[in-house]
Amino acid sequence: MEQGVGARLLRKEDDRYLRGRGQYVADIKLPGTREVAFLRSPLAHARIGDIDIPEDFANRVFTARDLKGVTPIRAVSALPGFKPSDQPPLAEGKVRQVGEPIAMCLGDTRAEAEDVAAAVMVDFEELPAVHDMLQARRPGAALVHEEWGDNVFLETFVDDDIDAAAAKAAVKVTREYRTARQCMAPIEGRAVLAYWDSRMEVLTVYTSTQMPHIVRTGLSECLGLSEENIRVIPPDVGGGFGYKGILLAEEVCLCWLAMQTGHPVRWIEDRREHLTASANCREHHYRITAYADSNGKLLALDAEATVDSGAYSAYPFSACLEAAQVASILPGPYDFEAYRCRTYSVATNKCPILPFRGVARTGVCFAMELTLDAIARELGIEPAEVRLANLVKPGQMPFDNITKKHFDSGDYPEALRRAVAAVDIPAWRKRQAEGEKDGRLIGIGMSIFCEQGAHGTSVYAGWGIPMVPGHEQAGVRMTPDGGLEIRVGVHSHGQSMETTLAQVAHEVLGIDTARIKIVHGDTGLTPYSTGTWGSRSMVMAGGGVATACEQLGDRIKAIAAHLLQAKPEDLRIAGGQVFSGDSSIALNDIARLWYRKPQDLPPDVDTSGLEVTAGYKPKRDSGTFSYAAHAAVIALDPELGDTEILDYVIVEDGGVLVNPMVVDGQVHGGTVQGIGTALYEEMPFDESGQPLASTLADYILPGAAEMPDIRIEHMETPSPYTRFGVKGIGESGAIGPPAAIANAINDALRPLGAEVTDTPMTPRRVLEAIAKAKGTEGEGGQA
Amino acid sequence: MKPAPFEYARAGSIKEASELLARDDITARILAGGQSLGPMLNLRLAQPDLLVDITGIPDLVAAERDGDSLYLGACVSHANVEDGRIPDVTNGALAEVARGIAYRAVRNRGTIGGSLAHCDPAADWPCVLPALGARAVVQGANDKREVAVEELMQAPFEPGLEPGEILAGLRIPAMSPDARWGYYKYCRKTGEFAEAIAAVAWDPARGFARIVIGALDTLPIVLGDNERLFGDTPERKPFDTYRPEEADRMLTDAGVRDPLKRQVHMVALRRALEFASA
Repeated sequence: MEQGVGARLLRKEDDRYLRGRGQYVADIKLPGTREVAFLRSPLAHARIGDIDIPEDFANRVFTARDLKGVTPIRAVSALPGFKPSDQPPLAEGKVRQVGEPIAMCLGDTRAEAEDVAAAVMVDFEELPAVHDMLQARRPGAALVHEEWGDNVFLETFVDDDIDAAAAKAAVKVTREYRTARQCMAPIEGRAVLAYWDSRMEVLTVYTSTQMPHIVRTGLSECLGLSEENIRVIPPDVGGGFGYKGILLAEEVCLCWLAMQTGHPVRWIEDRREHLTASANCREHHYRITAYADSNGKLLALDAEATVDSGAYSAYPFSACLEAAQVASILPGPYDFEAYRCRTYSVATNKCPILPFRGVARTGVCFAMELTLDAIARELGIEPAEVRLANLVKPGQMPFDNITKKHFDSGDYPEALRRAVAAVDIPAWRKRQAEGEKDGRLIGIGMSIFCEQGAHGTSVYAGWGIPMVPGHEQAGVRMTPDGGLEIRVGVHSHGQSMETTLAQVAHEVLGIDTARIKIVHGDTGLTPYSTGTWGSRSMVMAGGGVATACEQLGDRIKAIAAHLLQAKPEDLRIAGGQVFSGDSSIALNDIARLWYRKPQDLPPDVDTSGLEVTAGYKPKRDSGTFSYAAHAAVIALDPELGDTEILDYVIVEDGGVLVNPMVVDGQVHGGTVQGIGTALYEEMPFDESGQPLASTLADYILPGAAEMPDIRIEHMETPSPYTRFGVKGIGESGAIGPPAAIANAINDALRPLGAEVTDTPMTPRRVLEAIAKAKGTEGEGGQA
Repeated sequence: MKPAPFEYARAGSIKEASELLARDDITARILAGGQSLGPMLNLRLAQPDLLVDITGIPDLVAAERDGDSLYLGACVSHANVEDGRIPDVTNGALAEVARGIAYRAVRNRGTIGGSLAHCDPAADWPCVLPALGARAVVQGANDKREVAVEELMQAPFEPGLEPGEILAGLRIPAMSPDARWGYYKYCRKTGEFAEAIAAVAWDPARGFARIVIGALDTLPIVLGDNERLFGDTPERKPFDTYRPEEADRMLTDAGVRDPLKRQVHMVALRRALEFASA
């Protein structure tokens, strides 16, 4: 059976996952562990007065006053004008968001720790809250960080002259869009178990993270403890999506407490903490004017984007990554000449914003693709035609777009044409015109986007955040019995890397994947890496593993050359054997010889051994560009506002696919999240900054019953810059659905003259759009 | 999200449970299926001193035909109703409603009596049982009484139970073979709490007609006669003369000021009526 690059190999990790034998932080039992509950702010913005701790609990409650020597979390950006924010691990002076930790409370059980937290009384002087990012920019708004004088982390400009191009336009459309604040909702929340290992003199931290090495660096900075004295171990991680790509205040607190008390301490985030207290994502606002000619060809784009970054700059991605990305990727997969964009990263009294699967692309794609449909409606032409008039063409590849993004390869128009063909638009148009028996309205929508993945040093150096990825290293080691251990610093939180990285090694060395073990999730055992984010692990760690395996292969050949009486350069490795013409020797035998019978090696043998660590970067580090076209067909109930997805097609190009089945899984998972963004998920806040969806009864996640049968077609255009031609693809599924579904809804609403512009497109928002178009407040008595 | 400390007692009989619940030195709550109370305990929205588990009381899982009605013990699970493990006296209405309650995992443990006694306006049974004309059998330590289910519910989340009283069971009148019913529940997604519920039942042979509008901020609106909505007493095809403007007015009177919310409730009602008339 094929096991190398391109094989649909069953996942090695599924044996434990499907039997419920995964091991997460909450499964780890250490003797003497005590549980932590955090007393959190019930208010969005307030000065903290006295904190009254009952005498019985005096040695079980810790506040900012106790955390001596601990420095605030500080995630800066080198972009000019960026205002840094200090995030104290436990609130000092004032609280800036609901859920901000104020005190850490110990108990033998979590329930008991919560009892302790409930007994602590805090005096608050409530301050006016900044609950909306647009209001936050107005003069006179309350200030999240008084010393700034305003609420803007960062303002950026792309100030090309667009007036000349705009003057030639046959059509001009202006729209405002909003994407709701969301929670990423992995099945496993955050979890930390920390203890001081007195034998090794190492702080050992089990934590559910995507980027263990970055967490170690962050902990080192906040705790004043050097990095060799910290070991970060993420075991199995039950979903991350970016939520686990942050240094948590809770991690800093637990580590301090473990060192202070000398026993293990544990905190398991509960669902309410996840929803209301930690980090959110996705909240954007756009004001866009697009200018096009009579064929729908874009002439100029004028945009203003605001991102609600929340109260603090999250470590390491900072409060401005999202908005800075908006400015650079808003032009999408399109080729046009004039672009103006101003962005604002705004501080509010809400949780910090984190990059969620797709980062800014989901919002950007929503804004851009709805704008293109608005142009199509204005001109009375099919939306696909407008896109085909503007997409970068295959002959232009590689292509530097208007914001200097370097598109590596691909045929964007072909992806769109295939998606259009797969949904059979003419047949749906006919059904749409005939009308449904149940009165529902049919709508067809599409979106297309490209996704920069595995972007490296040159991109991140410009942003100047605490983390800049360099060469990705991988370690490979043959065991004495011929197995292979692979050590990587990226960490799987569902990406199937235990399978796909083994496939890469198999491709190079031919060792059976059953004999290949991926060692990851431990800073003590793995090479430094910025971790798993930005659709980078297959490109970067895959490249690292291939490079290390090739170097190991050279060492194997050097030994085999002696045994086979041949020159190393005449040997080839295949199927776990080294061949010289027809004669061969098994890799097992070479391993046995090296480790267990060194007396049989020649005296002049290469002494390096069968263990290699090698580094890798693609030929260009500006990122791979995968791309996809999504097409959705929906039925909309105009009386209830409810949307059902009838068909969903994705044509996806992720370059060469290491395991197409794993990619399908990634695309499916992302698409489900994208449908959540489109139709269900929203964390609303009231004017006092209270989050209003504090349980999963209020924060609606999509379920199995709501999911369509997602149809995926693959194109495979290799990247010219990466090992095997792979491209990053893990985030892609979450980017396209809100735009495709919104366009389908607006297509359905067209006869009513209504249009939706905000996510999620809840029944309520749809009904409001219909009522607005009719100039009524609702049907009331006519229903 | 862990509960505050509480004591737990598993009652072997209604009398024993009743005595525990009647204690005035502590606050006690009945634990039946625990599908609402469990989360409320974890969120510390409920902090009783004592939980009295009544699921081990044999009388409370009875399900038997009793003359012109069906008697269901309060601890009969939604799943047992869904799966047809109880006699069908409602032309399939009970099973159909049970099938749409939350998720199967909730239906496995959640109970019909627990749901009614919780008086959540957005739940299914508090809307459906009044539509069927069901009566609640309430038992104290020494006496037993019966009351219409809509009278048992005093306010959202407030059942009219005296200290020591337990909702022991439900008496559901058997429908005539040609009786019709309709139920329409609208949720954001499968298993969620309802945005709108309408339940209608019409049994000309018994001269019985009921319409219930639920999932409001208040208890469900229960209409015991058809006069207001249809300008007529129950006869054949009473729904033909439906007056939506009256339903709109009733919703407004019930405090539903938002016209779009009224629209959703009225669409649910119209669809339930259409289902019953079809």
